[in-house]
Amino acid sequence: MFSLQGRRALVTGASGGIGSAIAEALHAQGATVALSGTRQDALEAVAGKLGERTHVVPANLSDAAAVDALVGQAEAAMGGLDILVNNAGLTRDGLAMRMKDEDWELVIRVNLEAAFRLSRAALKGMMKQRFGRIVGITSIVGVTGNAGQANYAASKAGMIGMSKALAQEVATRGITVNCVAPGFIESAMTDALNEKQRAAILPTIPAARLGTGAEIAGAVVYLASDEAAYVTGQTLHVNGGMAMI
Amino acid sequence: MSENSIEARVKKIVVEHLGVEEDKVTKDASFIDDLGADSLDTVELVMAFEEEFGVEIPDDAAETILTVGDAVRFLEKSTA
Ligand SMILES: NC(=O)c1ccc[n+]([C@@H]2O[C@H](COP(=O)([O-])OP(=O)(O)OC[C@H]3O[C@@H](n4cnc5c(N)ncnc54)[C@H](OP(=O)(O)O)[C@@H]3O)[C@@H](O)[C@H]2O)c1
Repeated sequence: MFSLQGRRALVTGASGGIGSAIAEALHAQGATVALSGTRQDALEAVAGKLGERTHVVPANLSDAAAVDALVGQAEAAMGGLDILVNNAGLTRDGLAMRMKDEDWELVIRVNLEAAFRLSRAALKGMMKQRFGRIVGITSIVGVTGNAGQANYAASKAGMIGMSKALAQEVATRGITVNCVAPGFIESAMTDALNEKQRAAILPTIPAARLGTGAEIAGAVVYLASDEAAYVTGQTLHVNGGMAMI
Repeated sequence: MSENSIEARVKKIVVEHLGVEEDKVTKDASFIDDLGADSLDTVELVMAFEEEFGVEIPDDAAETILTVGDAVRFLEKSTA
């Protein structure tokens, strides 16, 4: 079950904590993976660890032209694209009253708009081959909201709505579009939390620990698999029970 | 009808995309009513025409392309 033998996947944010775990898990199931991010050296390191069936395709997702070129580059490197994982994301936190325009715009552009542009580009080939899997990494915050993250919450909620719309458009073509919504996961993003913030978060998680990248990756592997063909427009929450929605 | 005429190229794309018999693809054939296309197929066809003929087909023009003949006429005009 859940074999991805012969599948070709593009993972954005593959230089990060969760993205590298996703790339590793897809690769372990047999997929060829194209790794994207801005830090070429970090991408090369992930590729080096995985070995064969890997390609490095750097792109800055705040640059629309680079975004529009990325799917073509991945398709050229791998001979096509079956799985797109929109995982790259960033935060620019601050209370809304003091939030700068550029912090709003950057978060929407990278987290939401790039995901749309990449999905739109990937769908062309997926429609032709009558198979595709698009998985967006959203966040629990996109569903519950979070003070200080109006931009981030909007981008993540936007991704969920967008995925549902895309899912309806392409369902007859063997293409599914879903999201995975992590709670608190060990990564550079959560390393930025201080001790006090951590101490406040832990009691709100029934599992009483942060999750791991591998636990997010497992959900992505499932949604990317043939076995999940009848699952579309859904958001799979992986959060240790922190929110049961 | 020569191999490379616009009509022949359009018909070839329709046959390939919709998986229909060549003789069904007449100029009067409606993509949706006669050739079994759904709305997504028509979008795919328009994109395939754009690619094959190197033209852009705006949405309001695409809406008027309902039959094989409509497509041939539009492409003859825009590539002339
Ligand atoms: N960690 C959590 O608790 C948590 C919870 C919920 C959701 N998430 C989501 O999970 C995803 C992965 O986050 P993470 O925790 O793994 O964080 P991370 O380690 O900071 O990774 C973020 C990734 O996004 C890429 N990225 C950021 N800005 C980019 C840009 N402008 N262009 C291209 N790539 C860009 C980074 O690539 P470079 O470093 O190479 O630029 C990096 O690979 C994000 O979408 C995040 O919102 C995380």
